[in-house]
Amino acid sequence: MVLRRLALSIPLLLLVTLLTFLLNSLAPGDLARTMMQGEGTEVQYLELRRELGLDQPLVVQYGRWLRHAATGNLGQSFFTKESVASLLNDRIGVTVSIMAGVLIVCVSAGLALGVMSALRGGWVGRAIDTLSLVGLTLPSFWVALVLIAIFAVGLQWLPATGYTPLRQDPMAWLLGLILPVLSVSLVSITTIAKQTRDSMNEVMGRDFIRSLRASGLPERSVIWKHALRNASLPVVTVLGLVMVNAISGTVFVERAFVLPGLGSLAVSAAQNNDIALMQGATLYFTLLTVVINLLVDMSYGWLNPKVRVQ
Amino acid sequence: MSASSVGAAPNAPPSIAMPRRFVSRLLSKPLAWVAIVWLVAIFALGLLANQAAPFDPLEQDLLAVKQLPSAEHWFGTDELGRDVLSRVLHGTLPTFVGVAQALVVVMLLGVGMGLTAGYFGGRTDAAVGQVTNLFQALPMIVISLAVLTVFNRSMLAAMVTFGIIGSAGVARVVRSATLNVRNELYIEAARISGLSDATIILRHVLPRIMGPVIVQLSLIAAIAVIVQTGISFLGLGVQPPAPTWGGGIFDAAASLNDFPWLLVPSGGVVALTILAFGLLGDALRDTAVETWARPAHRKQARKRGDKLALEAVFAGAPHAAVMSVRGLHIATGDGTHQRTLVSDLSFDLMPSETLGLVGESGSGKTLTILALMGLLPVGTHIKSGTLRLEGTSIDLTDEDSLRALRGKQLAMIFQEPMAALDPCFTIGHQLTEVIRCHEAMNPAQAQARAIELLKQVKIDNAEDVARRYPHQVSGGMAQRVGIARALAPNPKVLFADEPTTALDVTVQADILELLRALKQSHGMAVVFVTHDWGVVADICDRAMVLFRGKVLETADVLDIFDRPQHPYTAALLKANPHSAPPGQLLPTVEETLARMAREELAA
Repeated sequence: MVLRRLALSIPLLLLVTLLTFLLNSLAPGDLARTMMQGEGTEVQYLELRRELGLDQPLVVQYGRWLRHAATGNLGQSFFTKESVASLLNDRIGVTVSIMAGVLIVCVSAGLALGVMSALRGGWVGRAIDTLSLVGLTLPSFWVALVLIAIFAVGLQWLPATGYTPLRQDPMAWLLGLILPVLSVSLVSITTIAKQTRDSMNEVMGRDFIRSLRASGLPERSVIWKHALRNASLPVVTVLGLVMVNAISGTVFVERAFVLPGLGSLAVSAAQNNDIALMQGATLYFTLLTVVINLLVDMSYGWLNPKVRVQ
Repeated sequence: MSASSVGAAPNAPPSIAMPRRFVSRLLSKPLAWVAIVWLVAIFALGLLANQAAPFDPLEQDLLAVKQLPSAEHWFGTDELGRDVLSRVLHGTLPTFVGVAQALVVVMLLGVGMGLTAGYFGGRTDAAVGQVTNLFQALPMIVISLAVLTVFNRSMLAAMVTFGIIGSAGVARVVRSATLNVRNELYIEAARISGLSDATIILRHVLPRIMGPVIVQLSLIAAIAVIVQTGISFLGLGVQPPAPTWGGGIFDAAASLNDFPWLLVPSGGVVALTILAFGLLGDALRDTAVETWARPAHRKQARKRGDKLALEAVFAGAPHAAVMSVRGLHIATGDGTHQRTLVSDLSFDLMPSETLGLVGESGSGKTLTILALMGLLPVGTHIKSGTLRLEGTSIDLTDEDSLRALRGKQLAMIFQEPMAALDPCFTIGHQLTEVIRCHEAMNPAQAQARAIELLKQVKIDNAEDVARRYPHQVSGGMAQRVGIARALAPNPKVLFADEPTTALDVTVQADILELLRALKQSHGMAVVFVTHDWGVVADICDRAMVLFRGKVLETADVLDIFDRPQHPYTAALLKANPHSAPPGQLLPTVEETLARMAREELAA
């Protein structure tokens, strides 16, 4: 199962990187000219083209990039001339930290709200429906700014911007992550809650719930252990989609909180036409997606014994 | 793209083949009205921004920076003293243009792919499925950023990319809607009459799926607003100082420390527009789909009868009875729509006795024992009734008291043994959980007890079975596990709800034999629900015949077979396949009753 997914993720990686290369050739004008911004001589232009490998066919360019990528060499940033791989490696910790926080918040809050709404229905359910509409309505980057205005500028409880590495100061790392994580999560919590509610409603009607109750098990065990475990498969599927979407959320939130993550790096690459850097960033983002899908598959196996046996 | 088509796409109700009723029903929803009015108004103001805006959006006034709303500047001024209202109005058109660009792509690509996949099916369907899977595998922003890098931060390129990626989700919805329509007879008829596929799709399929398509488009429009403003917020797409909604939010971020007011107008207009598209989508969906409301599960008002009154009910009950039930009423629905399912049911159960509850499907046998377990299905409830268990009386409408008895005093085994086990946990785990819930034991002791229980229900390789998951054992084995679980806390009474019906004949006999042996060794009383007279004869001491929720007669099994008191019992016995002579049609209960009625009349 997991191995199969790993095997399937290789074509995805190839395809995405190939796509960025094809885009490159679709670009209006010529990369070398764009980079020179109308300055320099024709000789310098040809020089730059050769330097970038643009004089060779696309297939050759792609093949060379792949060979280098396999050895961890993603080339140089067109703009700063630094190694793309080391730029990306410096930044990925921030993005992964946010993603981990989003995962924890979404799972705990989403499951709790979903189960409550399945059991109580009524106002919790209506609140989730309303909040999910509000969540859809409010762009995460605006929510981020409002949170900064309230909790950082107004109440001064939490830092407004910036990132402290975990190794440097774990407490500052955690405090700095709270608002970014909340900004990304708020939209997704209700998505998880809704799916949890629907699949809990389905599972609570199954025969074994009645027989567990007949055995005299306490409701908390029937609900939080047996029903939730059985209801969790579709929730995990949705959680996977939510986490893939959260990657987009980190891009905006990193800009709002001025966090040095992959997203802000990719945005500056877009601002500077830094195609080499963007190709590297795309590869990293795709790898993140692959890891998320892999975790989803692994938890299927953990949650459902039938999947495990096959 | 012309300006008029920009507005028409999200706002105007589609003219083609949309039933007039749909539009009028949509307009009867106030929220839909609010949404449409907002979208039309903001779009019109954006279109006429040059006339409507009070100031030039780029005009700076460094003497009046960061001002709160005033008569002159309705939305205040920003960090360069520019009029915020004017900037918002001038930012409207780029956003709506972006939304329209995405919508055009989705309409062509998403709807096109969905229609093709759903209509042609087969390989086309599979291929489209692959493409949509790929689109959905990646976060949109990754591709968008790559596109923005290559295409010099072009907003058009970004919105088209969003449209392409968004098409995947729309294609899925359209595909399944098309599949439903395609299988209808009139489509087949149209094909036989020689219409071309294109004609059928455009004239007969597309109009039928307009509902879901429009819902999807309004949701895509809502997301497109977020994407367009998001890209401006990131400083890509339209470049500052040109006014954009997303740029306005970024400006607000810059003055967050000393002038948070800017968040309100910039975010507000974006949020309201997204909300309007979202609400419109919701209203469209509600109009399209007949909404069904889940029947509200009303909590029964608990009447705690006083002890003396409860005791009085059992005045005539035999003293030795292990369990007595008096006046059990079960009903469904509430108020005027209430329907009685079981009425005034009473019985006594002696120690070590097996009482058969016999009757047709729907006679209330299973409901009766579920009610005594406090496990009635949603929508049904106990109106009245009392239970006495070993001298303690309980009001049956009080579910909490029943819960305390479950497992420990009253246990139950079920008709579908496999469905009665949680598929996610091993058999051993499920047993130890029940054991430890009723008795203080450490995990090792509970494990040993579980193995012992499995051996008691005649499972030879108990250790091995304990490690298996429910899907790895047979139905008969699952029922043995169910029995072991029921026996774990040594209950006084075991309810058996047709525990052998779903099993093979040979396994049935084994399970009945097991139950008989366990009843003797554990000294339990058993209430056995069945419609099988053979089982009654085999295992029961007494039988109670139920018909449409009423007890017709209760007697010793021998008496029932030899001298049925009630004509219905006689008819039910006649319908027993076990006693029928081979080669003859079995009389139904109705036939026998009708014949007896005729005979009675003749006499």
